[in-house]
Amino acid sequence: MFAADFRIILPEAILAIWAMGALIAAAWTVKDAATRALTWATAALMLALALWIGTGTGVDSAFDGSFVDDRFARFAKVAILLISASILLMGEGYMTRRALMRFEYPLLIALATVGMLVMVSSGDLIVLYMGVELQSLSLYVLAALRRDSPRSTEAGLKYFVLGAFGSGLLLYGASLAYGFAGTTLFSGIIEATADGVSLGLLFALVFMMAGFAYKVSAAPFHMWTPDVYEGAPTTVTAFFATAPKMAGMALFARVMFDAFGNVTGDWQQIVAFLSVFSMFLGAFGGIGQMDFKRLMAYSTIGHMGFALMGLTAGTGLGVQAMLVYMAIYVTMDLGAFAFIMSMERDGRPVTDIRSLNLYSRERPLVALAMLVLLFSLAGVPPTVGFFGKYYVLHAAYDGGFGWLAVLGVIASVISAFYYLRIVYFMYFGRETQPLDRVMSPAAWVFVVGCAAIMVFGVVNLFGVEPAAAGAAAALVN
Amino acid sequence: MVAFFTQNPFGIVLLILGQALLILVPLLIALAFLMYVDRKVWAAVQMRRGPNVVGPWGLLQSFADFIKYIVKEIVIPAGADRAVFIIAPLLTFVVAVIAWAVIPFNPGWVLADVNVAVLYVLAISSLGVYGVIMGGWASNSKYAFLGALRSAAQMISYEVSMGLIIIGVILSTGSLNFGEIVRAQEGGYGLFNWYWLPHLPMVVLFFVAALAETSRPPFDLPEAETELVAGFFVEYSSTPFLLYMIGELMNVVLMCALLSILFFGGWLSPIPGLPDGVLWLIAKMAFWFFMFAMVKAIIPRYRYDQLMRLGWKVMLPLSLGWVLIVAFLAKFEVFGGFWARWALGA
Amino acid sequence: MTAAAFTFYLFSLSVLAGGLMTVLARNPVHSVLWLILTFISAAGLFVLLGAEFVAMLLVIVYVGAVMVLFLFVTMMLDVDFATLKGEMARYMPLALFIGVVILLQFAVAYGSWAIAPGTETRVAAPAGAMENTRALGVLLYDRYFLLFQLAGLVLLVAMIGAIVLTLRHRTDIKRQDVIAQMMRDPKTAIEMLDVKPGQGL
Repeated sequence: MFAADFRIILPEAILAIWAMGALIAAAWTVKDAATRALTWATAALMLALALWIGTGTGVDSAFDGSFVDDRFARFAKVAILLISASILLMGEGYMTRRALMRFEYPLLIALATVGMLVMVSSGDLIVLYMGVELQSLSLYVLAALRRDSPRSTEAGLKYFVLGAFGSGLLLYGASLAYGFAGTTLFSGIIEATADGVSLGLLFALVFMMAGFAYKVSAAPFHMWTPDVYEGAPTTVTAFFATAPKMAGMALFARVMFDAFGNVTGDWQQIVAFLSVFSMFLGAFGGIGQMDFKRLMAYSTIGHMGFALMGLTAGTGLGVQAMLVYMAIYVTMDLGAFAFIMSMERDGRPVTDIRSLNLYSRERPLVALAMLVLLFSLAGVPPTVGFFGKYYVLHAAYDGGFGWLAVLGVIASVISAFYYLRIVYFMYFGRETQPLDRVMSPAAWVFVVGCAAIMVFGVVNLFGVEPAAAGAAAALVN
Repeated sequence: MVAFFTQNPFGIVLLILGQALLILVPLLIALAFLMYVDRKVWAAVQMRRGPNVVGPWGLLQSFADFIKYIVKEIVIPAGADRAVFIIAPLLTFVVAVIAWAVIPFNPGWVLADVNVAVLYVLAISSLGVYGVIMGGWASNSKYAFLGALRSAAQMISYEVSMGLIIIGVILSTGSLNFGEIVRAQEGGYGLFNWYWLPHLPMVVLFFVAALAETSRPPFDLPEAETELVAGFFVEYSSTPFLLYMIGELMNVVLMCALLSILFFGGWLSPIPGLPDGVLWLIAKMAFWFFMFAMVKAIIPRYRYDQLMRLGWKVMLPLSLGWVLIVAFLAKFEVFGGFWARWALGA
Repeated sequence: MTAAAFTFYLFSLSVLAGGLMTVLARNPVHSVLWLILTFISAAGLFVLLGAEFVAMLLVIVYVGAVMVLFLFVTMMLDVDFATLKGEMARYMPLALFIGVVILLQFAVAYGSWAIAPGTETRVAAPAGAMENTRALGVLLYDRYFLLFQLAGLVLLVAMIGAIVLTLRHRTDIKRQDVIAQMMRDPKTAIEMLDVKPGQGL
């Protein structure tokens, strides 16, 4: 039994063992001189694991069903591994320039990734919690990585305190759910809720959803997002904006369907509320922001609202839309953050969007790529971003939430303002001191590549759609 | 009559109280003479006479000290936190006493025969830190406070390796009960069946950890009045000071008992054929106390950073490595289960 | 009243009193001491439940290690508690309001609390139970093996974090090299001279 179980958790085990082995090796030998090699090796390992997991088939579970390996988990895992590898690759230039290439950095990313992989595969409340904690703890440390900067330290501390609070809510809800069902297994909980939930269990549901909302920074549990995004090193911010969100959303969907799939009606209204609140907060919050990273924080909150809209539908189509939306969202954010990492003036990072004045004259191609990415983030029609929004709106309408879809369109229009303002600065702003030309080749590839995906993905979304459909089918039946 | 002590709640409480006194009173009397032995050994090594005035050969010296301590005035420094100042030495004393509840003196001679006795002793000894910290803080003196931090850090550091060393013994026994640990050391070869042989390196480490844990020389930083202004108890006098002293000495004797039980077969006879009994345990404890006293007389005091280095960089890796080794030796029953007594017994 | 019931009420009372005093004590060090009392009493309650292993662990881990750190920090912290108390008084009405609301919600939840059919049998102890330390060991290393390892990873990350965020390698100070000191040969360190009386060196 044990060997069979171990075979299922093998990808996670390999990544964890790699992180531990590399940690010991680096600590005993050359320390920070090994960072570059470790970064590349970790990224390569992640890509290999993504390839391996991606070719997996069937449904399997380990440790009495507390760890599930199905198409849904595999979809999320491949996405998470690709994101983590991308962050490592594109962030290297920034981390080197900021003198943050410490050998713990790629390994913490790897351990956080292990946590996320466990999260999306969890079939048990305790496994879920351990995954969340492993991920969060690594992220708290990463946020404070630039320890000489008060901003970064503040970001780490804020993230830690609020994240711990979120974990506490999650744990409280989980313990109530256990008290109701007498088991921590999702399969047990869904059996126990076959005849509907009692009011007491509704508390468990609300607490757990509040915890998830913290982790995906959905309003009204978003307070930490702007400060943490602003304070953390930009590479780390890019990581925060992408991988944990993917994992958090996948986890959210898994718990809602695997554990509370019998009581869809009870949680749909809550998710709908989170969705609306997030979309509008993201739309209005970003308007006053001149700091690019803070602006991206509000952008994230808004996008989480849209992704939650897919979940609200409570149907297979909704989950599929959510997954597609998340895949598109992380691609856009990766490109955008690869650009923000390269914003520097006089050897210091700048994040004020006004520093982009007339950027298009210096580097027309990069500016054009950013234009595409920002249009896509705003959801302007010819880009893939529009199709992502279309999917979730359609799913929501299909699931009987027409009003939600209407509100989503309104929020989308409002939020377009601040994306387009950046485009305005880039193309029509006043003349100012230009930015340094420090963009690393890897970052350039990501900015232009992601923009290209946003354009050419219109054809068939690069096959994400059927994969997401299969994943959704594994979850909702 | 019997029914009263076994049925009636009040009777049960009385019975437990009686048993507790049966352990405590001989222990306290023994402590008085052990204190005397300690000083005599120390004096003998330095070719002095030691205490020799009060009573025949100075035997009553400790009782004279005792009376002196309790009739003196209790001085509480100005600005001290009175309640905590008084509670701290009481805590040290009480904690030192209650650890004895799970120590078996003979088959069945144990106040509380609990399954987690080893953990209980570790838990109780970890409480001992509070007497130190509270006393140092409540004195409202920076020297006492710094001494408290120093002593607390010392106790915590060595508790870690001590716990790991005990884990090796637990792995061999498969039980957390002291009685079981002693019984696992029973066998046809007398003293060669005891755990000191399979766990030989750990006997040394445990002895060193016990010295550090009880602030005995060469780790007696609180005693270093000339260099460090003593430690957490500089402001203490009279009875509270006495309580600290008794608590500390009681811990030393407890460590002797643990050494005897964990590694030297407790009440078992070293020579096959001779009857087992409580006297063997007492003899072993006396031997180990003699060792404590000899170390005090012979070895110079460690510096604080050396003490910390020894605790974390030497003791901890060694004991952790030993746990790993014993786990393998026990799992694969090397030498016919020399390290796996649970396999033989059950 | 049986002895067990008496002990239960004793420990419960001291848990509650300790918790209350943790919040109410004016001196933060006293707060921590009360909290320690709460933990010890909670350990007592665990013993009454027959979970002696958990009880001992609670004392060793929380009281013996975590709270010592707490105590160190609160004792050494230079915080002006008078101003903090003042701040607290400012937010007290709001805090009380939220507290009351949450309390009411809990009352509602408690009042309508129901458990799923079959929960009692699921959480009941298995027949032929072994002592709980052994049972915990068997569960931890078999069914919950994954969780056990993940918990280990979480602790590893915590350790990495502490080192990454605080360790600074100072190059401008002289360090003690213990091995070099121990390996030093007396021949190179000491020179024996035969000094004649009255002459000096």
